[in-house]
Amino acid sequence: MTLRLVLAGAILLLALLPVLNRMPAESALHVSDFVVSVSGKWITYAVLALAIDLAWGYAGILSLGHGAFFALGGYAIGMHLMRLIGPRGVYGHPVLPDFMVFLGYQKLPWYWLGFDHFPFAILMAMAVPGLLALVVGYLAFRSRITGVYLSIITQALTYALMLAFFRNDMGFGGNNGFTDFKELLGMPLNTPNARSVLFYASLVLLVLSLWLCSVITRSKLGRVLVAIRDAESRVRFLGYDVTQHKLFVFVLSAVLAGLAGALYVPQVGIINPGEFSPGNSIEAVIWVAVGGRGTLVGALLGAFSVNALKTWLTTVAPDLWLFALGGLFVAVTLFLPRGLIGLFTKAPK
Amino acid sequence: MRRHLLGLFLALLLAWPAAAQDRFASALAGLGEGFGQTAEVVERLGALGDPRAIPLLQALQDGQLRRTPAGTVLLPDGRDAATGQPGDATGAEAVRINNRVRQALRGALGRLQLLSPDAEARRQAAEAVFRSPAPENVPLLDAALAKETDPGIRAQLELALAASQLRADDAAAKRDAVARLGTAATTEARALLIEARAANPDLATAIDVSIAAIEQRLAVRRAVETLFQGLSLGSVLLLAALGLAVTFGVMGVINMAHGEFVMLGAYATFVVQELCRGIPWLAPWSLPLAVPAAFLVTALAGAALERGLIRHLYGRPLETLLMTFGVGMIIQQAVRLAFGAQNREVTSPSWMQGTLTFPGGIAMTQNRLWIIVFGIFVLLLVVAAIRFTRFGLEMRAVVQNRRIAATMGIRTGRVDAMTFAFGSGLAGLAGVALSQIDNVSPNLGTGYIIDSFMVVVFGGVGSLAGTLVGALTLGVVNKVLEPYAGAVLAKVCVLVAIMLFIQRRPKGLFALKGRAAES
Repeated sequence: MTLRLVLAGAILLLALLPVLNRMPAESALHVSDFVVSVSGKWITYAVLALAIDLAWGYAGILSLGHGAFFALGGYAIGMHLMRLIGPRGVYGHPVLPDFMVFLGYQKLPWYWLGFDHFPFAILMAMAVPGLLALVVGYLAFRSRITGVYLSIITQALTYALMLAFFRNDMGFGGNNGFTDFKELLGMPLNTPNARSVLFYASLVLLVLSLWLCSVITRSKLGRVLVAIRDAESRVRFLGYDVTQHKLFVFVLSAVLAGLAGALYVPQVGIINPGEFSPGNSIEAVIWVAVGGRGTLVGALLGAFSVNALKTWLTTVAPDLWLFALGGLFVAVTLFLPRGLIGLFTKAPK
Repeated sequence: MRRHLLGLFLALLLAWPAAAQDRFASALAGLGEGFGQTAEVVERLGALGDPRAIPLLQALQDGQLRRTPAGTVLLPDGRDAATGQPGDATGAEAVRINNRVRQALRGALGRLQLLSPDAEARRQAAEAVFRSPAPENVPLLDAALAKETDPGIRAQLELALAASQLRADDAAAKRDAVARLGTAATTEARALLIEARAANPDLATAIDVSIAAIEQRLAVRRAVETLFQGLSLGSVLLLAALGLAVTFGVMGVINMAHGEFVMLGAYATFVVQELCRGIPWLAPWSLPLAVPAAFLVTALAGAALERGLIRHLYGRPLETLLMTFGVGMIIQQAVRLAFGAQNREVTSPSWMQGTLTFPGGIAMTQNRLWIIVFGIFVLLLVVAAIRFTRFGLEMRAVVQNRRIAATMGIRTGRVDAMTFAFGSGLAGLAGVALSQIDNVSPNLGTGYIIDSFMVVVFGGVGSLAGTLVGALTLGVVNKVLEPYAGAVLAKVCVLVAIMLFIQRRPKGLFALKGRAAES
């Protein structure tokens, strides 16, 4: 109960940040633009952490490729943002984005059609990661690929996508990805207004996903998922369709990750193939591990605390950050199997 | 009588060079009397095949040849070109040349140098004659072919001969040339035939047959070269995956820091090279020295990792995966701070450089060949260690049944540490090999780790034969796909193919059977 109060308080506090940002600069309560934009970014990370926690913490599916779903969602909204630049690009082409003019495209590739409509882009930000998860998950769960094998396969998946998106002829901007966005839904980006809107949108997404995840995990479905995590064969022999359960949670998790990516990209203003790198995915997994997997609050706690550490350490001592991150991997797995949340709560019987 | 015969013989012996001398001297007549005549002299000299003509023609080309009003031709050192004796240089003037003479000079010099004792000069001459084909070259090329022993130059000469024969009017010679070109396997020969096809409609069928033969041979050569490249990539994968086959396949421990151990092995090679640099007699042998050094360094690192951290996580594979990934990050960053982020260069020793050319023009780089040899050697080493040593026996016992093995007096903890150290040491050996073909940088291992895991999963966890077949298959498939799809898409295709393959055989190509498969 106390945990829920703390959570509600933390979310309210977050919701106040853009308001405090509008306070006069000399006021003691004023928070800087940096804090607002960084926390907005972390909120999307927290949604990603929730998605991973749902799959790993509850269903035992350790995906090392969730960064791919996140990045695909980001690319979907990035395509929309690129289309909105219109003739304001460096080359001033009325339809084609700059990189396509540069690469000598004559017309928009077919898979770019429709991305000038915002609802379509949001739909794609959910559908593309969802479909990918559906195909990969179906193939993997059907042939009962579990545990580390699934981890390796998903890692290979994001690695392959990274290599593919680095290619110029894919039509996604190659190495440089998308950047130089101008506006979204009629509001110019990089203004306090846009920042606040995106911040609240992220916060709403976080609260909604938290609600959805907690409904799922407390339902009968959630109980079956935990049972699959702990004894997959036994659940199968009891007559449950393990493949369908796992597939459902994996696809839902991918959709959440895609939405998180879609809100992440307008806030940071860039998306490139580096987002697909296997290191990013595994870093997101460690947020969940640090916070405490199998508890939704733990995922949020981990995402915020590890990223706070990262932001602080990469400015103070950039060389030490990778030591710290590596150390976190070791320390959490060896000494804190239940994560930070385990320090405050009793182990379940 | 006998004295007469001897006298006659001696006279002949003396007369023969004299006759040759005469032909050379008489060929000189007209040199310097107008450009047309000079060019004729040059062509005569080229056809004569007398080696004394070479310095003379070169001097003419350089504008250093002089001629006296009396008609004596003087070489730059003042000797009479016809007799070789010092000549009278009064009133001598340089012989002037124009473009026509220059052209004649190039052809003549090329033909004359076909018989040069210097192999490189002969090779260049053969190429020069090939580029200026003419019917007059045929007898000279025949003579050169009769004496030539170097297979490379012979091939070039054959090509030049065929090219010259194709220009002749003799239909039989042409047919012969077309047939001979059909036995070659070079793109030049094909180009020559395609050119000749337009000029000789009557020979079209024969030419088509020859072109088809050449194309078939070229296709075989491409296939062999692709196979070689695939095998060489496969043996790199094999080296990187063998260590995983031991730690992941045999012990069931997933070590994401394996790529970093490969990288440590490459840096160990670099350090050994730097240490050997100061000792001249040792420097060429730094690479063989690096093999045990890299093995020891990574084996010790592996033993420390297993005893210090991994053994606390036995039975929790996902945690092991995350923990070793963290260890990999720490190793990578430590190396980056110690050696810098830039690439370090490990030079190949001289006996590993260069390219071997096999019959049929198949070229293989030596260092890749050595990597294949090294890969086979390491594979045999691993098989032998597991099959025939006490350590291998204990290792197999612990894998099969840990508790019974312990009951029999095997110190299972020590065996675990040694097995893991062995697998890590193999990663170090892969690093030695990789230092020869890739940049030695802190993220060297990252690029290979995913591929290596794919090899192990594809081949079948716990099976060395599977690892071998898996590595070679992936290497060859990658290289076969590359020309069609590009390197990146080939990789993506292979990844997708493996995912689909696992659908049919979830346990890999060489699945373990029986009780071991259940665990």
